[in-house]
Amino acid sequence: MAQKTYAGVAVDVDAEGFMTNHAQWTREIAGAIAVEEGIVALTPDHWKVLAFMQQEAREKGTAPSIRKLSKAGVISTKELYTIFPGSPAKKAAKIAGLPKPVGCV
Amino acid sequence: MKKLVILGAGTGGTLMARHLTRRLDRSAWSITVVDRDTDHYYQPGFLFIPFGLYERAQLVKDRSRFLPKGVEFTVAEVERIDAAANAVVLEDGRSLPYDMLIVATGAEIVPAELAGSAEGWRDTIFDFYTPEGSEALARALEVFPGGRLVVHIQEMPIKCPVVPIEFALLADWHFTRRRMRRDVEITFVTPLGGPFTRPIASRKFGGLFDERGIGVVGDFVTERVDAAARKLVCYDGREVPYDLLVTIPTNMGAGFVERSGLGDELRFIPVDAKTLQSKSHDNIFVIGDASDAPTAKAGSVVHFQAEILTENVLRAIEGKPLAPDLDGHANCFIATGFRKAILIDYNYDIEPLHGRFPIPVLGPLPMLKESRLNHLGKLAFRHMYWRWLLKGRPFPFVPDRLSMAGKKRPPSD
Repeated sequence: MAQKTYAGVAVDVDAEGFMTNHAQWTREIAGAIAVEEGIVALTPDHWKVLAFMQQEAREKGTAPSIRKLSKAGVISTKELYTIFPGSPAKKAAKIAGLPKPVGCV
Repeated sequence: MKKLVILGAGTGGTLMARHLTRRLDRSAWSITVVDRDTDHYYQPGFLFIPFGLYERAQLVKDRSRFLPKGVEFTVAEVERIDAAANAVVLEDGRSLPYDMLIVATGAEIVPAELAGSAEGWRDTIFDFYTPEGSEALARALEVFPGGRLVVHIQEMPIKCPVVPIEFALLADWHFTRRRMRRDVEITFVTPLGGPFTRPIASRKFGGLFDERGIGVVGDFVTERVDAAARKLVCYDGREVPYDLLVTIPTNMGAGFVERSGLGDELRFIPVDAKTLQSKSHDNIFVIGDASDAPTAKAGSVVHFQAEILTENVLRAIEGKPLAPDLDGHANCFIATGFRKAILIDYNYDIEPLHGRFPIPVLGPLPMLKESRLNHLGKLAFRHMYWRWLLKGRPFPFVPDRLSMAGKKRPPSD
């Protein structure tokens, strides 16, 4: 199992850098992963998305889709792309300390 | 008399009616099947209509021909499932009470989910997931003077995840035969990272696209289509221009699923992927495309699901624990044009691999490799569908659960 150090703490990650042990996740670690992903500072909008993703993952076992985030009224897809540029679902899951979203079949 | 109600008389509903007619105690149970119309389409055939290889009339038969005797077939629109009252409410106001319900109402395309598509719909923007759509596209391809052909996936999951790949490859063959391939630029636009969802097969199709001069634009999550300017716009700002857009719009479950409060955000019904039992109601089971099970939405999957679901419906009726036997087995022939096809065989956990099928070494069918024999298998499948699959007969040598026999595991993974 690979490890990476964020905010001075060694955490377990998979080959693509997604955390494999959510118990190790902290807000400080999230901030450090975000910087690595090109997001300088996490805003309240970011935290709102991250919290929803973590809650869904706890309840459903998987991170929610982009469609779910917009349908649940958390954030519109357009805004999501603005605050997590590039591939928001993957980026947000990584920062939230969740596994890589499963590509559909 | 207890009541079993099946919603949908497509592949899944028909198979369940056949299996359960044989297995249920018919002195104690009645079986009612509901569908909104009487046309049973062989949906994999829609792919060939745009290229003039099949006609619509060759792909449709009356649903009632495949339903067993002793089953009541009702043609009606479902308004909603009242799960608390164990009843299905029909649009005409009738109510069908049930003791056990099987939902087999599939998935449908929802073009309205692609913002801006209404403007160019069936003018420069086409689908081939409906009989009308594939016929309209056939007419458009007939007069296409050349230019940019874009094959586009809006959002996953979709019915038969390989069919857009097949469409792009068949388009290459089509224009080659018409001696105008050099006048047509074919681009494949997908929200996924590559052409397919699983890595080894994705590399295989990526290589095939390279050989055939088909461009791939990946990680493209479409915000809207601008029909006037003829371009797709991605949320990240990228744009892909087209002259003819062949889109696979968002696929969703039936509208009544949402009205019944039973669906997820795509109107698919959450189920236990190993048993197909609804997560919210013990007496509701879901077969095929209508569920949220993480497998391919395809007829072969339904065929494998049906046997195991029959077992579980019987167990549920007897109050026994369900058998968590489903592995998401899928098996399909992929047309690649030039009278060749590829065969893939996979499940929830095992991605499509190279090898021979169904018998190791002997095959006769090679997996994840183009061959003439697989093409013949693909053509034969239309006949096998009506005569064999829909009758619930098992395929020789092909088990309901995936077999690793003949498959080559990659060395490193």
